[in-house]
Amino acid sequence: MMLEFINTDYAYHTLSGETEAVKGLSFSIVRGQFVSVIGPSGCGKTTILSLAAGLIAPTGGEVKRAEERCGYMLQRDALFPWRTVEANIFLPLEIRGERGGEARARAVELAKKYGLGDFLKKKPGQLSGGMRQRAALIRTLAAGAELLLLDEPFSALDYQTRLEVCDDVQGIIKNERKTALLVTHDISEAIALSDKVIVLSARPAHVVAEHDIPFGDGSPKSRRNSPEFAAMFETLRGELGL
Amino acid sequence: MQGAAADTEKHMKKALNHSSGHEKFLRAVRRKKIAVWTIRCGILAVLLILWELCARFEIIDPFVTSSPSRVAATLCELYEGGNLFYHIGITLMETVAGFFAAVIAGYGIAVVLWLNDGARKVFEPYIVVLNALPKIALGPLIIIWMGTGYTAIIFMTVIVSVIVCIMNTLTGFLQVDGTMLTLMRALGANKAQILAKLVIPASLPQLMNTLKVAVGLAWIGSIMGEYIVSRAGLGYLIVYGGQVFKLDLVMTATIILCTLAGGMYALVALAERILTR
Ligand SMILES: Nc1ncnc2c1ncn2[C@@H]1O[C@H](COP(=O)(O)OP(=O)(O)O)[C@@H](O)[C@H]1O
Ligand SMILES: [Mg+2]
Repeated sequence: MMLEFINTDYAYHTLSGETEAVKGLSFSIVRGQFVSVIGPSGCGKTTILSLAAGLIAPTGGEVKRAEERCGYMLQRDALFPWRTVEANIFLPLEIRGERGGEARARAVELAKKYGLGDFLKKKPGQLSGGMRQRAALIRTLAAGAELLLLDEPFSALDYQTRLEVCDDVQGIIKNERKTALLVTHDISEAIALSDKVIVLSARPAHVVAEHDIPFGDGSPKSRRNSPEFAAMFETLRGELGL
Repeated sequence: MQGAAADTEKHMKKALNHSSGHEKFLRAVRRKKIAVWTIRCGILAVLLILWELCARFEIIDPFVTSSPSRVAATLCELYEGGNLFYHIGITLMETVAGFFAAVIAGYGIAVVLWLNDGARKVFEPYIVVLNALPKIALGPLIIIWMGTGYTAIIFMTVIVSVIVCIMNTLTGFLQVDGTMLTLMRALGANKAQILAKLVIPASLPQLMNTLKVAVGLAWIGSIMGEYIVSRAGLGYLIVYGGQVFKLDLVMTATIILCTLAGGMYALVALAERILTR
């Protein structure tokens, strides 16, 4: 088991009151799985990732995580514009205080493997949106993350780039045999990318339904072209109450 | 073979085409820049000539308004008396020392306040009040505390500019992108690392802004200080000139001041260009 939510609650406290973001949430992810969580905007998806990353502690229940590093990928790539792509990829290593050249060499290796070799000395501003998201993913992987937490990482991209980048990112994650938890409000993105889709209720978030996605050969393209896609889409849409 | 040659030729043509269009663009930009500078200098020249003529033909009273030729004469006089660079030196030293002290202290205090949310909350009203206070009100106190030498003036310069330095720097620190902060926290960075690797580099443009504002304030502080206490410096010349009705001296010192303040601003702007490249 890579990650497990057991009857988890989380509430934000502000002066204007208490906001229950997550209530009685239970689901789990096994190693190597690509799991998507879909739910309406504001239902508590980002909160779930913060809980998974350990940035916040649950106010009730439990979050269990394997003793391994996890990495975050956010809506915007959050590459530091004053650093080169290479220096951005080294950032997690710097923070961990890994001065050795070995981890860096591995990071550069990874970047080259996924086509960033020519961009290493460039600033993020000189890259396309798709390339930037790829660089952000490589930064996460180079940090040695086994569990990737993806917070609507494609939603800031235009439609064309979005299809390309989400296939690209999923391919890299699968190829590196990492575990991923993606939150999104985009139903077709969830079906195309995941081994399992979890549907959330409106706030406070709890699980409404879970679906394994067995069809296709695992690539997003085969999923989208599969005849079962439309039916699954309708099912999920119904469960979201749209 | 031939194909390759044709290819190369096409490439060259393309490069040539591109560069000629670009050349045109560059020439237009250059022409515009020259025009702007010509008009700028022209306005200054016209103003100086008008001033001189009006004074010559007594349309305005040159005793009260001085004139460019009288200013030039006063400059020579000061220079020959060996006083010109003495006064400039004093004021420049006070301003530059006060400027750096205020910027460094302001940055340091902003760092402390950023690191410590509690301290920031506690000191916020003090900073607001000190910012609103007209610093010249502290003049008498400063004289009593620090005497009438240049330390008093440097101190004045510092208190005039430091509060704005703190507030501007802190605003820059607090404006750092939330996504990037989340990323740093998710990577397990501590506060010192977040400061060094994210907040300080991300707020560099804001620091440059602060420096530009601080230059102006440092001049206000030093001249104001000289008005209150000094026995030397450009502010002293202005006050002294006013008291003995030597308005040539007042004008001359004011014009030197304009030049120095402009020059110092230009230096900061240059530093900005180099640092944020
Ligand atoms: N820091 C916070 N303080 C108070 N309320 C918050 C905070 N962050 C999120 N919320 C509230 O919690 C709910 C869930 O937020 P979030 O997890 O960001 O939703 P989603 O990512 O699904 O859009 C929202 O109603 C939001 O207003
Ligand atoms: Mg969100």
